[in-house]
Amino acid sequence: MARIIAGVGTSHVPAIGAAVDNGITDSDYWAPLFKGYEPAREWMRETQPDVAIIIYNDHASAFSLELIPTFVIGVADAFLPADEGYGPRDVPAVEGHSALAWHLAENLILNEFDMTIANNLAVDHGLTVPLSILFGQCDAWPCRVIPLCVNVIQYPPPTGKRCYDLGRAIASIVASFDEDLTVVVFGTGGMSHQLQGERAGVINQPFDIDFLDRLVSDPIGLTERSHVDYIREAGSEGIELVMWLAMRGTLGDSVRQVYRHYHVPASNTAAGLTVLEPV
Amino acid sequence: MKDYSDIPGTYVFDGEHSRKGYRLNMFCMSLNDAANRELFAQDESAYLEERGLTTEQSRAVLDRDYLELLKLGGNIYYTFKLAMFDRKSMQYVGGQMSGMTEEAFKAMMMNGGRPIDGNRRTGES
Repeated sequence: MARIIAGVGTSHVPAIGAAVDNGITDSDYWAPLFKGYEPAREWMRETQPDVAIIIYNDHASAFSLELIPTFVIGVADAFLPADEGYGPRDVPAVEGHSALAWHLAENLILNEFDMTIANNLAVDHGLTVPLSILFGQCDAWPCRVIPLCVNVIQYPPPTGKRCYDLGRAIASIVASFDEDLTVVVFGTGGMSHQLQGERAGVINQPFDIDFLDRLVSDPIGLTERSHVDYIREAGSEGIELVMWLAMRGTLGDSVRQVYRHYHVPASNTAAGLTVLEPV
Repeated sequence: MKDYSDIPGTYVFDGEHSRKGYRLNMFCMSLNDAANRELFAQDESAYLEERGLTTEQSRAVLDRDYLELLKLGGNIYYTFKLAMFDRKSMQYVGGQMSGMTEEAFKAMMMNGGRPIDGNRRTGES
């Protein structure tokens, strides 16, 4: 039986990936952020999951305005880093888990989550930066990855409740997969940030801390937050946090927070990281 | 009146915005391809003419006016590809859109970012 053993929430700021790629994580600017990542990396080295389901968003890389699917699952054996405008990131290709991914795709659809199925999916910083945050630089990523891509670029993204419910469905479907696998689910993006407009640079630390607290204690309450509330309080790009609710939905009612890190700024963003285990 | 219309300095990329900016954003998307980046570098105006942008959109691209690009239907993840083409940072773009130098914008971020208080609603103080 496959089982979900933990969830990770993390920002996926491209500059964090660039800091890893360029070997400057111990610079004055980056050291406080990366020092805070160390305990999570240590936890990940001990945990050694077989598979990571990474809930992320594409940023005009694999998908453009030509085609805007709300939920996409990658079922291929491998996924290559995308060229986002300055050449692909120099990171290993991502190895998929096709059998589990197809099991998820089929059963999610039968459970009324109408997934788009992707056999050819270039993955951008939304997926590869979280891998760099948890695994650092490596010749090959140490686990298989199932990309689960959520539209949060074209308004409106799916609601927080819909994402949470998707997570719950993923949990029961993973548990029905007939192979002994350990799975960690990543929810990525956020935390508060706004990249665009005259309000660019807005950060809301009390909002972020409250979100991290309630992700543990009151996820159902968080699912009631409206999109407008996210945009107003956490910035137009802070709405990415709905993807953390999908992760939280996979962990059941009660969780233990193993670790938390929060730092401002990473580029234009408040960077958060949380590690949660079901209890 | 949309329920997010009163959020200051924020261009929500909804259907109306997306319709207006489709060709502009798809031009930006084309810069994901290295061969297209080369063509654009050779003759920016000619490249834009082939892609059906409005005169105003083409002007804003040539001027690298990032706030104007948003107002004309641009989405920041698309328009930022133009900044990447120029090797400009997100802090540079954020500063330009909000009337600050890149250095001042970086300093603001180091100090905890733009405060949310006073920035939730138009006319709020």
